[in-house]
Amino acid sequence: MDFIDYYQVLGVNKNATEEEIKKAYRKLARKYHPDLNPNDKEANKKFQQINEANEVLSDPEKRKKYDQYGKDWKHAEEFEKAKQSRQQWAGANTGAESFSGFSGGFDEEGFSDFFQSMFGSGGRRRASQAKFRGEDYNAELHLSLKDAYKTHQQILKVNDKNIRIKIPAGVENGQIIKLKGHGGPGINGGPNGDLYITFVIADDPNFKRLGNDLYTTVDLDLYTAVLGGEIMIDTMDGKVKLKVKPETQNSTVTRLKEKGFPVYKKEGSFGDLYITYSIKIPTHLTEKQKELFRELQKTSS
Amino acid sequence: MANENLISADEFCVRYNTELSFITTLHEYGLIEVTTVEENYFIDTNQLQKLEQYTRWHYDLDINLEGIEVIDHLLSRVKNLQNEINSLQNRLRTYEETSRKILNSE
Repeated sequence: MDFIDYYQVLGVNKNATEEEIKKAYRKLARKYHPDLNPNDKEANKKFQQINEANEVLSDPEKRKKYDQYGKDWKHAEEFEKAKQSRQQWAGANTGAESFSGFSGGFDEEGFSDFFQSMFGSGGRRRASQAKFRGEDYNAELHLSLKDAYKTHQQILKVNDKNIRIKIPAGVENGQIIKLKGHGGPGINGGPNGDLYITFVIADDPNFKRLGNDLYTTVDLDLYTAVLGGEIMIDTMDGKVKLKVKPETQNSTVTRLKEKGFPVYKKEGSFGDLYITYSIKIPTHLTEKQKELFRELQKTSS
Repeated sequence: MANENLISADEFCVRYNTELSFITTLHEYGLIEVTTVEENYFIDTNQLQKLEQYTRWHYDLDINLEGIEVIDHLLSRVKNLQNEINSLQNRLRTYEETSRKILNSE
C-alpha cells in the first residue's frame, strides 16, 4: 500500500483554501467524469482518484487527519487498527463479485486501500446520484463464437439474485444490451437502476467472423484438388458435403450461401460461409510415388 | 391519472436537492420530456437516467444549461462513433488475422 499525495492528485498546494480545492476538483472532474468519458476505463480510474482526493481534502476533519498522519503514516498504529476494520467491511460487502467485470458505480468501489485504512468504509459520503433511482451496473459477458451463434438463455447472478436473460443469436463483439431494472435497488421508492451487459466474443480457431459472414480455411489433398471429388467440411451448424471441381487451384474461395452467422434479431436469416482451400502437397513419398510424379512431369513438359 | 411510471417533479427536486426551475428549463431546451397534469409537472421514469446525468453535470461539475446542451449533443456523437469504431475494429481484426495466417504459412 502506497502513500497517496492528495494535494498532488488535485494539483493544489498544501495551503490551498477550500475554494481552491473545490475549483481544482471541478476542473479535473469536468475532464475525467465517467459521464463525459463513456467506456474509457483510464478516465474512470483517474476520476476515482480525483474523487477520493476531494473526499478527503474538502472535508476539514478528514483533511486534518490526513495532514497529521499523512507524513509518517506508516508508523501510526491507527492504521493497522483501521486496516482490520476495513477487512471486516470488505468481507461483508457481498454482491457484485460473482459476475465478471462488474463495476457498480464509482462511488461504491474504487476507493484506495490507503483511503480505507485511514478512514474506513464509514468515511465515505454517499454520492448525490444514489438518493432515488438505483445505480446502473456495467458488466462484461464473455461468449465463445459458438455461444453467440445460437439464441440461448443464460442465468446471471446479480446481487445474489439469479436473473435469466435471453441472448439472441448473432450478437456482435462489443455490443451492449440494457436490462431495465436489473441494476442497483432504488432508494426512497425510486426505480431500480439498469444493468448494461457488454458482450465480449472470443476468437474461434476455425471460423473468422466478418459481420454476418464466416470465413474458414479447409485443407484439400492434392489428388482431390487435381481430379475433383467430394469432401466433408465443418460448418457452425454441423458437417456438410462439398463437391470439389477437378483442377481446383490453391487458395480458391467457395461460397456456401446462408451457412454463415445468424443475423441479429432476424430469425432464419444467415450470412454466408466462405471457404478457402489450402492444398496439401503429399510428403514422405515412396520411391514408387516419386517415379510416378517424374512420369507425370515428363508428360507435361 | 394513475401512472406508476410518472414521478412528480417536486419529488425529484426533494430527492436530488435541485430546483424545479432546473427541470422546467431542461424541458424548455428540449433536453427532457415533462408531462403536465393539472399544473403539476411529472417525469417519466425512463427520463430519470438522463435527468440524473444533467443534475450531476449542473450541480457537481458546475456546467450551465448551454453547456449541457452541447455536451449532450457531442456525447451522442461520441457514442455513435464508438459503435462505428467497434464494428470497424472487429472487421480489421479478421483481416489482420487472415493476413498473419498467410504470412505464417509462407
